[in-house]
Amino acid sequence: MMSSAEPAIAVTGLRVVRGAREVLHGLSFEVPKGQITGLLGPSGCGKTTLIRSIVGVQVVAGGEVTVLGRPAGSAELRRLIGYSTQNPAIYRDLSVMENLRYFAAVLGAPKTDPARVLEEVGLEGHANQLGGTLSGGQLSRASLAVSLLGAPQLLVLDEPTVGLDPVLRKELWELFQGLADRGVTILVSSHVMDEAARCQRLIMLREGDILADDSPEGLRARTDTADLEQAFLRLIEERQPA
Amino acid sequence: MITIATARRILAQLRNDPRTIALMVLVPSLIMILLYYVIDNEPVFAQWAPALLSIFPFLVMFLVTSIATLRERTSGTLERLMASPLRQLDLLLGYGLAFGAAAVLQVALALTVSLTWLGLDLRGELWALVLVALLNSLLGTALGLFCSAFARSEFQAVQFMPLVMIPQLLLGGIIVPRDQMATVLEWISNVLPMSYALEAMKLAVISGDLGSDFWRDIAVVAGSVVLALVLGAATLKRRTP
Repeated sequence: MMSSAEPAIAVTGLRVVRGAREVLHGLSFEVPKGQITGLLGPSGCGKTTLIRSIVGVQVVAGGEVTVLGRPAGSAELRRLIGYSTQNPAIYRDLSVMENLRYFAAVLGAPKTDPARVLEEVGLEGHANQLGGTLSGGQLSRASLAVSLLGAPQLLVLDEPTVGLDPVLRKELWELFQGLADRGVTILVSSHVMDEAARCQRLIMLREGDILADDSPEGLRARTDTADLEQAFLRLIEERQPA
Repeated sequence: MITIATARRILAQLRNDPRTIALMVLVPSLIMILLYYVIDNEPVFAQWAPALLSIFPFLVMFLVTSIATLRERTSGTLERLMASPLRQLDLLLGYGLAFGAAAVLQVALALTVSLTWLGLDLRGELWALVLVALLNSLLGTALGLFCSAFARSEFQAVQFMPLVMIPQLLLGGIIVPRDQMATVLEWISNVLPMSYALEAMKLAVISGDLGSDFWRDIAVVAGSVVLALVLGAATLKRRTP
Protein backbone atom coordinates (compact mmCIF):
# COMPACT_ATOMS: atom_id res chain seq x y z
CA MET A 1 0.00 0.00 0.00
CA MET A 2 1.27 3.46 -0.81
CA SER A 3 1.40 6.09 1.87
CA SER A 4 -1.61 8.33 1.52
CA ALA A 5 -1.70 12.08 1.82
CA GLU A 6 -3.04 12.27 5.35
CA PRO A 7 -0.28 11.56 7.88
CA ALA A 8 -0.70 8.83 10.49
CA ILE A 9 0.56 11.16 13.21
CA ALA A 10 0.61 14.95 13.14
CA VAL A 11 2.25 16.80 16.02
CA THR A 12 2.26 20.59 16.30
CA GLY A 13 3.89 22.61 19.06
CA LEU A 14 3.93 19.73 21.55
CA ARG A 15 5.19 20.81 24.95
CA VAL A 16 5.48 18.44 27.92
CA VAL A 17 6.51 19.44 31.41
CA ARG A 18 7.50 16.81 33.93
CA GLY A 19 8.04 18.06 37.45
CA ALA A 20 9.76 21.45 37.15
CA ARG A 21 11.46 20.58 33.86
CA GLU A 22 10.18 21.07 30.33
CA VAL A 23 10.99 17.79 28.58
CA LEU A 24 9.66 18.54 25.08
CA HIS A 25 9.99 22.11 23.82
CA GLY A 26 7.28 22.59 21.22
CA LEU A 27 7.84 19.73 18.76
CA SER A 28 6.21 19.69 15.34
CA PHE A 29 6.45 16.85 12.84
CA GLU A 30 4.43 14.36 10.83
CA VAL A 31 4.68 10.61 10.51
CA PRO A 32 3.56 9.25 7.11
CA LYS A 33 1.29 6.22 6.85
CA GLY A 34 2.51 2.75 5.94
CA GLN A 35 6.18 3.38 6.72
CA ILE A 36 8.66 2.67 9.46
CA THR A 37 9.65 5.88 11.18
CA GLY A 38 12.56 5.71 13.57
CA LEU A 39 12.70 7.91 16.64
CA LEU A 40 16.35 8.21 17.52
CA GLY A 41 18.29 9.92 20.21
CA PRO A 42 20.29 9.34 23.35
CA SER A 43 18.74 8.02 26.54
CA GLY A 44 16.86 10.81 28.33
CA CYS A 45 16.22 12.95 25.23
CA GLY A 46 12.44 12.67 25.51
CA LYS A 47 11.71 9.70 23.23
CA THR A 48 9.53 7.87 25.75
CA THR A 49 7.67 11.07 26.70
CA LEU A 50 6.96 11.78 23.04
CA ILE A 51 5.76 8.21 22.51
CA ARG A 52 3.50 8.42 25.57
CA SER A 53 2.02 11.66 24.23
CA ILE A 54 1.20 9.99 20.92
CA VAL A 55 -0.39 7.00 22.65
CA GLY A 56 -2.38 9.41 24.80
CA VAL A 57 -1.18 8.43 28.27
CA GLN A 58 0.99 11.50 28.88
CA VAL A 59 -0.25 14.73 30.43
CA VAL A 60 0.77 17.41 27.93
CA ALA A 61 1.29 21.11 28.64
CA GLY A 62 0.52 22.40 25.15
CA GLY A 63 0.29 21.70 21.46
CA GLU A 64 -1.72 19.25 19.41
CA VAL A 65 -1.23 15.57 18.67
CA THR A 66 -3.46 14.03 15.99
CA VAL A 67 -3.31 10.29 15.46
CA LEU A 68 -5.10 8.61 12.52
CA GLY A 69 -7.20 11.74 12.14
CA ARG A 70 -8.34 11.93 15.78
CA PRO A 71 -6.95 13.74 18.83
CA ALA A 72 -4.43 11.51 20.67
CA GLY A 73 -6.04 9.62 23.54
CA SER A 74 -9.48 9.36 21.87
CA ALA A 75 -11.44 6.29 22.89
CA GLU A 76 -11.70 5.04 19.26
CA LEU A 77 -7.92 5.04 18.98
CA ARG A 78 -7.46 2.52 21.78
CA ARG A 79 -8.22 -0.41 19.46
CA LEU A 80 -6.20 0.99 16.55
CA ILE A 81 -2.84 1.52 18.25
CA GLY A 82 -0.52 -1.27 19.34
CA TYR A 83 1.73 0.04 22.10
CA SER A 84 4.78 -1.58 23.57
CA THR A 85 6.42 0.17 26.50
CA GLN A 86 10.14 0.28 27.11
CA ASN A 87 9.93 -1.93 30.20
CA PRO A 88 8.16 -5.12 29.15
CA ALA A 89 4.57 -4.68 30.36
CA ILE A 90 3.80 -8.33 30.99
CA TYR A 91 2.35 -10.05 34.05
CA ARG A 92 5.31 -11.92 35.49
CA ASP A 93 3.04 -14.36 37.35
CA LEU A 94 1.14 -15.43 34.22
CA SER A 95 2.40 -17.59 31.39
CA VAL A 96 3.07 -15.95 28.03
CA MET A 97 -0.11 -17.52 26.64
CA GLU A 98 -2.21 -16.40 29.62
CA ASN A 99 -0.90 -12.85 29.12
CA LEU A 100 -1.77 -12.90 25.43
CA ARG A 101 -5.24 -14.37 26.02
CA TYR A 102 -6.04 -11.69 28.57
CA PHE A 103 -4.92 -8.74 26.46
CA ALA A 104 -6.66 -10.28 23.42
CA ALA A 105 -9.90 -10.36 25.44
CA VAL A 106 -9.42 -6.72 26.51
CA LEU A 107 -8.90 -5.66 22.88
CA GLY A 108 -11.70 -7.87 21.56
CA ALA A 109 -9.15 -9.55 19.25
CA PRO A 110 -9.97 -12.90 17.56
CA LYS A 111 -9.31 -16.07 19.58
CA THR A 112 -6.65 -17.14 17.08
CA ASP A 113 -4.60 -13.98 17.64
CA PRO A 114 -2.49 -15.15 20.61
CA ALA A 115 -1.10 -18.12 18.63
CA ARG A 116 -0.43 -15.89 15.61
CA VAL A 117 1.51 -13.17 17.46
CA LEU A 118 3.42 -15.80 19.46
CA GLU A 119 4.73 -17.17 16.19
CA GLU A 120 5.47 -13.71 14.79
CA VAL A 121 7.84 -12.93 17.66
CA GLY A 122 9.26 -16.46 17.70
CA LEU A 123 8.15 -17.45 21.20
CA GLU A 124 6.16 -20.60 20.29
CA GLY A 125 8.39 -22.72 22.50
CA HIS A 126 7.71 -20.55 25.54
CA ALA A 127 3.90 -20.32 25.46
CA ASN A 128 3.44 -21.94 28.86
CA GLN A 129 6.40 -20.38 30.59
CA LEU A 130 5.73 -17.82 33.34
CA GLY A 131 6.66 -14.23 32.46
CA GLY A 132 8.96 -14.05 35.48
CA THR A 133 11.10 -16.93 34.23
CA LEU A 134 11.74 -15.45 30.75
CA SER A 135 15.05 -13.85 29.82
CA GLY A 136 15.16 -10.10 29.17
CA GLY A 137 15.01 -10.53 25.42
CA GLN A 138 12.16 -13.04 25.63
CA LEU A 139 10.24 -10.68 27.92
CA SER A 140 10.50 -7.79 25.51
CA ARG A 141 9.38 -10.05 22.67
CA ALA A 142 6.39 -11.19 24.73
CA SER A 143 5.55 -7.54 25.37
CA LEU A 144 5.92 -6.81 21.65
CA ALA A 145 3.59 -9.76 20.91
CA VAL A 146 0.87 -8.11 23.02
CA SER A 147 1.09 -4.93 20.95
CA LEU A 148 0.59 -6.98 17.75
CA LEU A 149 -2.77 -8.33 18.96
CA GLY A 150 -5.92 -7.24 17.15
CA ALA A 151 -4.32 -5.97 13.91
CA PRO A 152 -3.50 -2.37 14.92
CA GLN A 153 -3.16 0.30 12.19
CA LEU A 154 -0.40 2.03 14.11
CA LEU A 155 2.35 0.33 16.07
CA VAL A 156 4.20 2.44 18.61
CA LEU A 157 7.22 0.58 19.91
CA ASP A 158 9.54 1.97 22.56
CA GLU A 159 12.96 0.33 22.22
CA PRO A 160 11.61 -3.10 21.17
CA THR A 161 14.97 -4.65 20.27
CA VAL A 162 16.97 -3.94 23.45
CA GLY A 163 18.89 -6.99 24.64
CA LEU A 164 18.24 -9.11 21.55
CA ASP A 165 20.89 -10.98 19.64
CA PRO A 166 21.60 -9.84 16.05
CA VAL A 167 19.69 -12.74 14.48
CA LEU A 168 16.52 -11.97 16.44
CA ARG A 169 16.91 -8.27 15.79
CA LYS A 170 17.08 -8.93 12.08
CA GLU A 171 13.99 -11.15 12.26
CA LEU A 172 12.02 -8.51 14.14
CA TRP A 173 12.96 -5.79 11.65
CA GLU A 174 11.79 -8.11 8.87
CA LEU A 175 8.53 -8.50 10.75
CA PHE A 176 8.19 -4.71 11.06
CA GLN A 177 8.94 -4.25 7.35
CA GLY A 178 6.36 -6.92 6.49
CA LEU A 179 3.74 -5.11 8.57
CA ALA A 180 4.62 -1.78 6.97
CA ASP A 181 4.29 -3.38 3.52
CA ARG A 182 0.73 -4.34 4.51
CA GLY A 183 0.01 -0.69 5.31
CA VAL A 184 0.68 -0.60 9.06
CA THR A 185 2.39 2.57 10.25
CA ILE A 186 5.26 1.89 12.63
CA LEU A 187 6.93 4.35 14.95
CA VAL A 188 9.88 2.74 16.66
CA SER A 189 12.32 4.32 19.07
CA SER A 190 15.90 3.26 19.44
CA HIS A 191 19.16 4.59 20.74
CA VAL A 192 21.10 2.22 18.48
CA MET A 193 22.08 4.07 15.33
CA ASP A 194 22.71 0.98 13.21
CA GLU A 195 19.00 0.21 13.37
CA ALA A 196 18.21 3.58 11.87
CA ALA A 197 19.21 2.46 8.38
CA ARG A 198 16.23 0.07 8.38
CA CYS A 199 13.73 2.92 8.74
CA GLN A 200 12.25 4.84 5.83
CA ARG A 201 12.31 8.02 7.83
CA LEU A 202 14.22 9.23 10.85
CA ILE A 203 13.38 11.72 13.53
CA MET A 204 16.41 12.59 15.62
CA LEU A 205 15.71 13.96 19.04
CA ARG A 206 18.11 15.63 21.42
CA GLU A 207 17.27 17.31 24.73
CA GLY A 208 13.62 17.70 23.81
CA ASP A 209 14.16 19.26 20.38
CA ILE A 210 14.10 17.78 16.90
CA LEU A 211 17.59 17.70 15.46
CA ALA A 212 16.63 16.22 12.12
CA ASP A 213 13.60 14.81 10.32
CA ASP A 214 14.63 13.15 7.07
CA SER A 215 15.21 9.85 5.27
CA PRO A 216 18.45 7.97 6.12
CA GLU A 217 19.83 8.75 2.64
CA GLY A 218 18.86 12.40 2.95
CA LEU A 219 20.60 12.64 6.30
CA ARG A 220 23.81 11.08 5.05
CA ALA A 221 23.81 13.33 2.01
CA ARG A 222 23.08 16.47 4.03
CA THR A 223 25.79 15.84 6.56
CA ASP A 224 28.17 14.34 4.02
CA THR A 225 28.84 11.29 6.22
CA ALA A 226 28.85 7.55 5.57
CA ASP A 227 27.13 6.33 8.71
CA LEU A 228 24.30 7.72 10.80
CA GLU A 229 26.28 7.87 14.03
CA GLN A 230 28.57 10.37 12.32
CA ALA A 231 25.58 12.20 10.88
CA PHE A 232 24.14 12.60 14.36
CA LEU A 233 27.41 14.06 15.68
CA ARG A 234 27.69 16.39 12.69
CA LEU A 235 24.18 17.69 13.30
CA ILE A 236 25.01 18.42 16.94
CA GLU A 237 28.16 20.28 15.92
CA GLU A 238 26.16 22.37 13.45
CA ARG A 239 23.79 23.36 16.21
CA GLN A 240 26.56 24.56 18.55
CA PRO A 241 26.91 28.34 18.43
CA ALA A 242 30.16 29.18 16.73
CA MET B 1 -16.95 -8.97 29.22
CA ILE B 2 -13.65 -7.20 29.95
CA THR B 3 -14.58 -7.27 33.66
CA ILE B 4 -14.94 -11.05 33.57
CA ALA B 5 -11.73 -11.48 31.58
CA THR B 6 -9.95 -9.32 34.16
CA ALA B 7 -11.32 -11.33 37.09
CA ARG B 8 -10.24 -14.55 35.37
CA ARG B 9 -6.79 -13.13 34.73
CA ILE B 10 -6.39 -12.19 38.42
CA LEU B 11 -7.57 -15.65 39.52
CA ALA B 12 -5.06 -17.20 37.09
CA GLN B 13 -2.32 -15.09 38.70
CA LEU B 14 -3.39 -16.43 42.10
CA ARG B 15 -3.51 -20.00 40.79
CA ASN B 16 0.08 -19.68 39.60
CA ASP B 17 1.06 -18.75 43.15
CA PRO B 18 -0.05 -21.64 45.39
CA ARG B 19 1.80 -20.33 48.43
CA THR B 20 -0.22 -17.12 48.44
CA ILE B 21 -3.45 -19.11 48.15
CA ALA B 22 -2.39 -21.33 51.05
CA LEU B 23 -1.56 -18.29 53.21
CA MET B 24 -4.79 -16.52 52.28
CA VAL B 25 -7.02 -19.49 52.98
CA LEU B 26 -5.31 -21.09 55.96
CA VAL B 27 -4.04 -18.18 58.07
CA PRO B 28 -7.46 -16.93 59.31
CA SER B 29 -8.43 -20.45 60.40
CA LEU B 30 -5.11 -20.96 62.17
CA ILE B 31 -5.51 -17.68 64.05
CA MET B 32 -9.05 -18.64 65.07
CA ILE B 33 -7.70 -21.91 66.48
CA LEU B 34 -4.87 -20.09 68.26
CA LEU B 35 -7.30 -17.58 69.75
CA TYR B 36 -9.53 -20.40 70.94
CA TYR B 37 -6.73 -22.06 72.90
CA VAL B 38 -5.30 -18.77 74.17
CA ILE B 39 -8.66 -17.70 75.62
CA ASP B 40 -9.56 -21.24 76.69
CA ASN B 41 -13.06 -20.15 77.63
CA GLU B 42 -15.90 -20.76 75.17
CA PRO B 43 -18.21 -17.86 76.10
CA VAL B 44 -15.33 -15.36 75.93
CA PHE B 45 -14.14 -16.85 72.64
CA ALA B 46 -17.67 -16.42 71.31
CA GLN B 47 -17.37 -12.68 72.09
CA TRP B 48 -14.15 -12.34 70.10
CA ALA B 49 -14.89 -14.64 67.19
CA PRO B 50 -17.15 -12.22 65.26
CA ALA B 51 -14.52 -9.50 65.40
CA LEU B 52 -11.89 -11.80 63.93
CA LEU B 53 -14.29 -13.03 61.27
CA SER B 54 -14.83 -9.39 60.25
CA ILE B 55 -11.22 -8.34 60.39
CA PHE B 56 -9.64 -11.12 58.37
CA PRO B 57 -11.39 -10.76 55.04
CA PHE B 58 -10.83 -7.01 55.25
CA LEU B 59 -7.19 -7.21 56.25
CA VAL B 60 -6.09 -9.85 53.77
CA MET B 61 -7.94 -8.33 50.84
CA PHE B 62 -6.63 -4.86 51.66
CA LEU B 63 -3.05 -6.11 51.62
CA VAL B 64 -3.34 -8.32 48.57
CA THR B 65 -5.15 -5.70 46.50
CA SER B 66 -2.91 -2.81 47.39
CA ILE B 67 0.21 -4.80 46.49
CA ALA B 68 -1.34 -6.26 43.33
CA THR B 69 -2.48 -2.88 41.97
CA LEU B 70 0.80 -1.27 42.92
CA ARG B 71 2.51 -3.94 40.84
CA GLU B 72 0.23 -3.09 37.93
CA ARG B 73 1.28 0.53 38.26
CA THR B 74 5.02 -0.12 38.52
CA SER B 75 5.31 -2.95 35.95
CA GLY B 76 3.71 -0.93 33.15
CA THR B 77 0.74 -3.26 32.74
CA LEU B 78 -1.55 -0.51 34.06
CA GLU B 79 -0.23 1.90 31.43
CA ARG B 80 -0.86 -0.75 28.78
CA LEU B 81 -4.42 -1.22 30.07
CA MET B 82 -5.03 2.54 30.24
CA ALA B 83 -4.05 2.74 26.55
CA SER B 84 -6.55 -0.07 25.79
CA PRO B 85 -10.35 -0.10 25.61
CA LEU B 86 -10.56 -1.31 29.25
CA ARG B 87 -12.55 1.03 31.49
CA GLN B 88 -11.39 1.85 35.01
CA LEU B 89 -14.43 0.13 36.47
CA ASP B 90 -13.60 -3.08 34.54
CA LEU B 91 -10.34 -3.28 36.43
CA LEU B 92 -11.82 -2.43 39.83
CA LEU B 93 -14.73 -4.83 39.51
CA GLY B 94 -12.38 -7.48 38.13
CA TYR B 95 -10.31 -7.23 41.31
CA GLY B 96 -13.45 -7.13 43.44
CA LEU B 97 -14.85 -10.28 41.82
CA ALA B 98 -11.59 -12.25 41.89
CA PHE B 99 -10.63 -11.39 45.44
CA GLY B 100 -14.26 -11.64 46.54
CA ALA B 101 -14.19 -15.26 45.36
CA ALA B 102 -10.95 -15.81 47.27
CA ALA B 103 -12.57 -14.25 50.35
CA VAL B 104 -15.53 -16.63 50.15
CA LEU B 105 -13.10 -19.54 50.29
CA GLN B 106 -11.24 -17.98 53.19
CA VAL B 107 -14.34 -17.24 55.25
CA ALA B 108 -15.88 -20.62 54.43
CA LEU B 109 -12.92 -22.46 55.92
CA ALA B 110 -12.60 -20.19 58.98
CA LEU B 111 -16.32 -20.57 59.62
CA THR B 112 -16.31 -24.34 59.21
CA VAL B 113 -13.45 -24.66 61.66
CA SER B 114 -15.10 -22.25 64.12
CA LEU B 115 -18.55 -23.82 63.99
CA THR B 116 -17.37 -27.44 64.26
CA TRP B 117 -14.02 -27.90 65.96
CA LEU B 118 -14.11 -24.70 68.03
CA GLY B 119 -17.79 -25.11 68.94
CA LEU B 120 -18.76 -21.53 68.13
CA ASP B 121 -22.49 -21.15 68.72
CA LEU B 122 -24.08 -19.29 65.83
CA ARG B 123 -27.34 -17.70 67.04
CA GLY B 124 -28.00 -15.75 63.90
CA GLU B 125 -28.33 -16.82 60.31
CA LEU B 126 -25.38 -18.21 58.39
CA TRP B 127 -26.15 -16.14 55.28
CA ALA B 128 -26.06 -12.93 57.32
CA LEU B 129 -22.58 -13.77 58.55
CA VAL B 130 -21.35 -14.63 55.06
CA LEU B 131 -22.88 -11.43 53.70
CA VAL B 132 -21.01 -9.30 56.24
CA ALA B 133 -17.75 -11.15 55.63
CA LEU B 134 -18.11 -10.70 51.88
CA LEU B 135 -18.84 -6.99 52.21
CA ASN B 136 -15.78 -6.65 54.44
CA SER B 137 -13.59 -8.30 51.85
CA LEU B 138 -14.97 -5.99 49.16
CA LEU B 139 -14.34 -3.02 51.43
CA GLY B 140 -10.75 -4.19 51.91
CA THR B 141 -10.35 -4.59 48.15
CA ALA B 142 -11.78 -1.17 47.40
CA LEU B 143 -9.73 0.62 50.06
CA GLY B 144 -6.61 -1.29 49.05
CA LEU B 145 -7.05 -0.07 45.48
CA PHE B 146 -7.54 3.47 46.66
CA CYS B 147 -4.54 3.47 49.03
CA SER B 148 -2.21 1.91 46.46
CA ALA B 149 -2.50 5.14 44.48
CA PHE B 150 -0.60 6.91 47.27
CA ALA B 151 2.23 4.41 47.54
CA ARG B 152 5.28 4.55 45.29
CA SER B 153 6.74 1.22 46.41
CA GLU B 154 5.64 -2.03 47.98
CA PHE B 155 7.36 -0.95 51.21
CA GLN B 156 5.09 2.06 51.39
CA ALA B 157 2.02 0.06 50.42
CA VAL B 158 2.50 -2.33 53.33
CA GLN B 159 2.80 0.62 55.74
CA PHE B 160 -0.71 1.72 54.77
CA MET B 161 -2.06 -1.45 56.35
CA PRO B 162 -1.51 -0.46 60.02
CA LEU B 163 -2.50 3.11 59.17
CA VAL B 164 -5.87 2.08 57.80
CA MET B 165 -6.40 -0.93 60.03
CA ILE B 166 -5.33 -0.17 63.59
CA PRO B 167 -7.30 3.07 64.15
CA GLN B 168 -10.41 1.34 62.81
CA LEU B 169 -9.90 -1.55 65.23
CA LEU B 170 -9.16 0.67 68.24
CA LEU B 171 -12.17 2.85 67.51
CA GLY B 172 -14.39 0.02 66.30
CA GLY B 173 -15.75 -0.94 69.69
CA ILE B 174 -13.90 -4.20 70.21
CA ILE B 175 -11.63 -3.04 73.01
CA VAL B 176 -13.74 -0.25 74.48
CA PRO B 177 -17.47 0.00 73.65
CA ARG B 178 -17.99 2.89 71.29
CA ASP B 179 -20.42 4.79 73.58
CA GLN B 180 -17.84 4.83 76.35
CA MET B 181 -15.20 6.65 74.27
CA ALA B 182 -14.41 10.37 74.46
CA THR B 183 -16.95 12.26 72.37
CA VAL B 184 -14.49 13.24 69.67
CA LEU B 185 -13.30 9.64 69.33
CA GLU B 186 -16.88 8.46 69.15
CA TRP B 187 -17.50 10.89 66.29
CA ILE B 188 -14.49 9.54 64.45
CA SER B 189 -15.67 6.04 65.18
CA ASN B 190 -19.04 6.94 63.67
CA VAL B 191 -17.53 7.69 60.27
CA LEU B 192 -15.27 4.64 60.08
CA PRO B 193 -16.84 1.80 58.08
CA MET B 194 -15.21 -0.89 60.24
CA SER B 195 -17.32 0.19 63.24
CA TYR B 196 -20.43 -0.80 61.33
CA ALA B 197 -18.90 -3.96 59.92
CA LEU B 198 -17.94 -5.13 63.42
CA GLU B 199 -21.37 -4.33 64.81
CA ALA B 200 -23.11 -6.11 61.95
CA MET B 201 -20.97 -9.19 62.51
CA LYS B 202 -21.75 -9.15 66.23
CA LEU B 203 -25.46 -8.89 65.50
CA ALA B 204 -25.26 -11.72 62.98
CA VAL B 205 -23.26 -14.11 65.17
CA ILE B 206 -24.14 -13.36 68.79
CA SER B 207 -27.63 -11.95 69.07
CA GLY B 208 -29.10 -13.15 65.81
CA ASP B 209 -31.05 -9.91 65.79
CA LEU B 210 -31.31 -9.04 62.10
CA GLY B 211 -33.48 -6.00 62.61
CA SER B 212 -33.14 -2.44 61.39
CA ASP B 213 -29.74 -1.95 63.12
CA PHE B 214 -28.28 -4.85 61.17
CA TRP B 215 -29.57 -3.55 57.85
CA ARG B 216 -28.41 -0.01 58.62
CA ASP B 217 -24.92 -1.40 59.25
CA ILE B 218 -25.03 -3.38 56.01
CA ALA B 219 -26.12 -0.29 54.10
CA VAL B 220 -23.29 1.78 55.59
CA VAL B 221 -20.64 -0.84 54.75
CA ALA B 222 -22.04 -1.34 51.23
CA GLY B 223 -22.13 2.45 50.74
CA SER B 224 -18.50 2.65 51.87
CA VAL B 225 -17.56 -0.03 49.33
CA VAL B 226 -19.17 1.97 46.54
CA LEU B 227 -17.55 5.19 47.73
CA ALA B 228 -14.10 3.56 47.95
CA LEU B 229 -14.55 2.06 44.46
CA VAL B 230 -15.46 5.46 43.03
CA LEU B 231 -12.45 7.03 44.76
CA GLY B 232 -10.29 4.14 43.51
CA ALA B 233 -11.53 4.66 39.94
CA ALA B 234 -10.67 8.35 40.24
CA THR B 235 -7.03 7.44 41.01
CA LEU B 236 -6.74 5.42 37.78
CA LYS B 237 -5.92 8.12 35.27
CA ARG B 238 -5.49 7.42 31.58
CA ARG B 239 -2.98 10.25 31.34
CA THR B 240 -0.20 10.49 33.90
CA PRO B 241 2.57 13.08 34.30
